[in-house]
Amino acid sequence: MAKQSNRGSKSQEPQEAEEKKSLPEKPKPSSSPTSNPGPFDVETVRDLVHLMKEHELAEIELADGSRSLKLKRAGSAVAAQPAYAPAPPVHLPHHVSAAPPTPAPRETPAAPAARALLEIKSPTPGTFYAQDKPGSKPFAEVGKKVTPTSVVCIIEAMKIFNEIQAEVTGTIVEILVGDKQPVEYGQVLFRVDPAN
Amino acid sequence: MFQRIMVANRGEIALRIIRACREMEIEVVAVYSEADRGAPYLALANQAICIGPGPAAESYLNIPRLISAAEIGDVQAIHPGYGFLSENAHFAEVCRSCKIEFIGPSHESMRRLGNKSEARKLAMEAKVPVVPGSEGLITSEEQAVELAHRMGFPVLIKASAGGGGRGMRVAHNDIALKTGLTSASQEAESAFKDGSVYLEKYIEQPRHVEVQILADQHGNTVHLWERDCSLQRRHQKLVEESPAPNLPAEVREAICAEAVKLVKAAGYYSAATCEFLVDKYNKFYFIEVNTRIQVEHPVTELVTGIDLIKEQIRIAAGEKLPFTQKDIIHKGASFEVRINAEDPNHNFRPSPGTITKWTVPGGPGVRVDTHASTGYKVPPNYDSMVAKLLVYAPDRAQALVRMRRALAEFQVEGIATTIPLLREIFRNSAFIEGKVDTTFIERTYYPKKD
Repeated sequence: MAKQSNRGSKSQEPQEAEEKKSLPEKPKPSSSPTSNPGPFDVETVRDLVHLMKEHELAEIELADGSRSLKLKRAGSAVAAQPAYAPAPPVHLPHHVSAAPPTPAPRETPAAPAARALLEIKSPTPGTFYAQDKPGSKPFAEVGKKVTPTSVVCIIEAMKIFNEIQAEVTGTIVEILVGDKQPVEYGQVLFRVDPAN
Repeated sequence: MFQRIMVANRGEIALRIIRACREMEIEVVAVYSEADRGAPYLALANQAICIGPGPAAESYLNIPRLISAAEIGDVQAIHPGYGFLSENAHFAEVCRSCKIEFIGPSHESMRRLGNKSEARKLAMEAKVPVVPGSEGLITSEEQAVELAHRMGFPVLIKASAGGGGRGMRVAHNDIALKTGLTSASQEAESAFKDGSVYLEKYIEQPRHVEVQILADQHGNTVHLWERDCSLQRRHQKLVEESPAPNLPAEVREAICAEAVKLVKAAGYYSAATCEFLVDKYNKFYFIEVNTRIQVEHPVTELVTGIDLIKEQIRIAAGEKLPFTQKDIIHKGASFEVRINAEDPNHNFRPSPGTITKWTVPGGPGVRVDTHASTGYKVPPNYDSMVAKLLVYAPDRAQALVRMRRALAEFQVEGIATTIPLLREIFRNSAFIEGKVDTTFIERTYYPKKD
């Protein structure tokens, strides 16, 4: 089942990171900074910051009883944070949004469009598939010309694989969603340049 | 216990369920339509998924979209809240066939008890007193006329699949009966896809007393005492209270016992409310069962100390009820008033728009369940309730004083609300004495000019 996350805690990276780095297994708050580093010690915070940079994590939150620590990287696209403070540890509240974890698609809010681009949005919540079958060519790639009836992707909802048509004419200039990523209703999937 | 639950609803009940989940350390996924985008309560869920545009048919009533959201949210259960799909047996069935638990009854018992005519039949079989009327559905006009003459007018035509007061007509004579049969049936057909109707003796100026039930999947069924919801306008409840005022103890015990008997006979589990009418002789008659959690459930929570949403979740997870009947003590008195974005001076026309001032009451014994806040834009697409104001006190007299105090503190600007009418109700002597019935609001404040 595809899990949506644009944070580190549920993706593969932290586990790999843990194998590489020697972070303490059970961090406990400690008055002695060097002997048994806890989550709120400078040493650990430094390690966490490094981890975040290395694995392009936008945010980490740790909690230990009533103490909690949240680190946010400047400049990363962060979805709205809950106003409610004591969230469960390590499970980061997040919203399904257009910012995906995989490398190929870009994050949405960055560059304003130079000319008006058309958007192809998801008509239903579901799981996005870029191609017909695993291994086959994606329906739509950047540069592909589409007409209103061109199939650009599949959104799977309740075991039904809905072929999504472009409904516009133009050229695909941006793909905002990765293969097998969950999407919500109205989420922008592709941007199309109508000029070409 | 479930790790993750999706709330297939919106507004204050969605927030209520989110709160219960957070206290139980269950992750919660909220869904929203485009009309609810940005609603502050969504940020309190672990995840929020947009499921469609504003219209309910394309969002909160759209089964494929809700199930898709549940799948991408990776949830083990769905709480349907009240309204929307909460009493839709098909939805319950679809959830479970997708290996997602539906937090509510089995679809079979929901179908059986949720269909008014079926529930009535079951009640008769279980020897629970029912309003005199037809044995089953009305099959012909002649049958209806004959029965009405036998019972005596006035009679009430009721749609089997009806709810919220729709599909009902009162008839005082043959002509009204014949036209009423047709119009009730048509209304029910168009609203609920089922035009079947049955007949009841129309009980004049009844009180509406309902019993809260909880039942687990192990056969344990308990009642959590009663609520009096006689204050209604066009079958929409405005005020609810517990205990029911001026009800003799033995009548109260009997109504509660009959409710338990009926729900047990249906093999039902989860939360339910059995509704009864009480006539001026304190005789009571079963009318219907609501196979879901209700808007006014916090009234019962305040007088019993039991969290009904948490219990629903536990029941759905297969746990046994953590209490027996003798553990459920009714203590004190509680009132709830529903605050709707409607203008009571203009026929209750809906008043959507942006709330520019929202000051809610507080202090001892005051509970406000609301998703609204200053700056919140009340969307026009859904029902108009913006808040539930509840009070709790050691007895009814003190609860009345507390509600008057709380209503005086409640300040809302930017939208019209029913607060002014509620303030008047809580100064009305008949209401203060507990001598009201379901016709009270209309008779007192909106009498028909003949």
